[in-house]
Amino acid sequence: MAEIVTLAEAIGELVADGDVVALEGFTHLIPTAAGHEIIRQGRRDLTLVRMTPDIVYDQLIGAGCARKLVFSWGGNPGVGSLHRFRDAVQHSWPVPLEIEEHSHAGMANRYVAGASGLPFAVLRGYVGTDLPSVTATIKPITCPFTGEQLTAVPALNPDVTVIHAQRADRAGNVQLWGLLGVQKEAVLAARRSLVTVEEVVDELTPVPGAIVLPSWAVTKVAEVPGGAHPSYAQGYSERDNAYYAAWDAIGRDREEFANWLRQVREEVPA
Amino acid sequence: MTHTADEMMAIAAARALSGRQRVFVGIGLPSTAANLARRTHAPDLVLVYESGTLGSKPDRLPASIGDGILAETADAVISVPEVFNYWLQPGRIDVGFLGAAQLDRFGNINTTVIGGDYHHPKVRLPGAGGAPEIAASCREVYVVVRQSSRSFVDRVDFVTSFGHGTGKGDRERLGLRGAGPTLVITDLGVFRPDPETAELVLTDMHEGVTLDQVRAATGWDLRTAPEVGRTPPPTTGELAALRALKEASR
Repeated sequence: MAEIVTLAEAIGELVADGDVVALEGFTHLIPTAAGHEIIRQGRRDLTLVRMTPDIVYDQLIGAGCARKLVFSWGGNPGVGSLHRFRDAVQHSWPVPLEIEEHSHAGMANRYVAGASGLPFAVLRGYVGTDLPSVTATIKPITCPFTGEQLTAVPALNPDVTVIHAQRADRAGNVQLWGLLGVQKEAVLAARRSLVTVEEVVDELTPVPGAIVLPSWAVTKVAEVPGGAHPSYAQGYSERDNAYYAAWDAIGRDREEFANWLRQVREEVPA
Repeated sequence: MTHTADEMMAIAAARALSGRQRVFVGIGLPSTAANLARRTHAPDLVLVYESGTLGSKPDRLPASIGDGILAETADAVISVPEVFNYWLQPGRIDVGFLGAAQLDRFGNINTTVIGGDYHHPKVRLPGAGGAPEIAASCREVYVVVRQSSRSFVDRVDFVTSFGHGTGKGDRERLGLRGAGPTLVITDLGVFRPDPETAELVLTDMHEGVTLDQVRAATGWDLRTAPEVGRTPPPTTGELAALRALKEASR
């Protein structure tokens, strides 16, 4: 059964140095506050996993929390580049960053395999691209029935997956809706999971299109209103487009970023 | 009504979607063109975005691939694994509409790294996203890109999304099901693969553009179709629709 705890307790208990950590969210419901708490608690040597690493991963990378990034598209959506990510790849600053690079379809299928308890997934993509030549986790495979050449990618099973959702009840059942990305698969693929939620309610009222992750499939829940900012939580908040635009200047400059980092480290966690 | 080169490009790209039913839309220029098409000559065009929206009908341009307006106006909202596995991979989408940082003479697309080697690149770009599978699985691929000798290169530094490889027949040999890039639209003109060699050749130039201009903005020895056409200039209605869309998106 999911235990309801504070964000600081959850990160302290679930995320250890050297872990493989996925903070998932496809533009919507990005668990940014949890990422900031990982920075505050000073985790190191993490392998960060995410289809679309955006600002919060730029922040974690710039803060020196990551040793490796497993991803399929790294950018500031609607704005441009992630400059901390670029600085780490191009100049090893503040620490070298190893990358394992996939396509969205490859990453999505890796989570599906992980959630399904299978060792790998099969897809038709990647053929002819240069990605298999730089990524060891993309291999050709022959269909045993038709002989067709396809691609295999290994399951992703993070040590811990963190997502943000609209709400949970007091028993720790989690409800989320809107653009759901790959969040369900990422939670089910993980050994441990944390869901930060906008609110904890007495009863989960049904919502069209919503999914529920039952309490027994989640490790911990923390109530963190606004925990997805600057991304949005449908029904609760709007995307803060100005923040994404403003991040470009902060992320571009090491000193500006150091100022930002100092502020985050001094914040009192939710 | 005078217009800019960017407006001509967006309008030419929107026109290319005439008669198409389902389009897989990349963010940026492709999204502008697809939304313009839906607001003008193709009201029934089904827009699919990789964030998991089928049939989005936004009344402004989405700020990003996961803008809430795409979900709120969609026929269905689905998970990302479902988008790629059920809708894209089996070939249910007519046109994949992509942008590019680098595009080469055989329509291969690079959005990964420029210069240096992969592990020590001069410029690190965002990466693949959904593009490799879009390029592999849609029945056709249209590319819309601002043209310069830096973006239009002889050979891409990294093949993120496969076009026609090194020439005619490569796609078939690799077992790729879609036809690959059949149309490239830039701010200067329109390019199509040569039926014999699959090399991109200039087939149309936009109004006021000269062949010298196009050659100067092409990083290889450009070939042209036997007869190079002229893109009809934007109509008043097309320009007004594009500007209204931009205005609504501020």
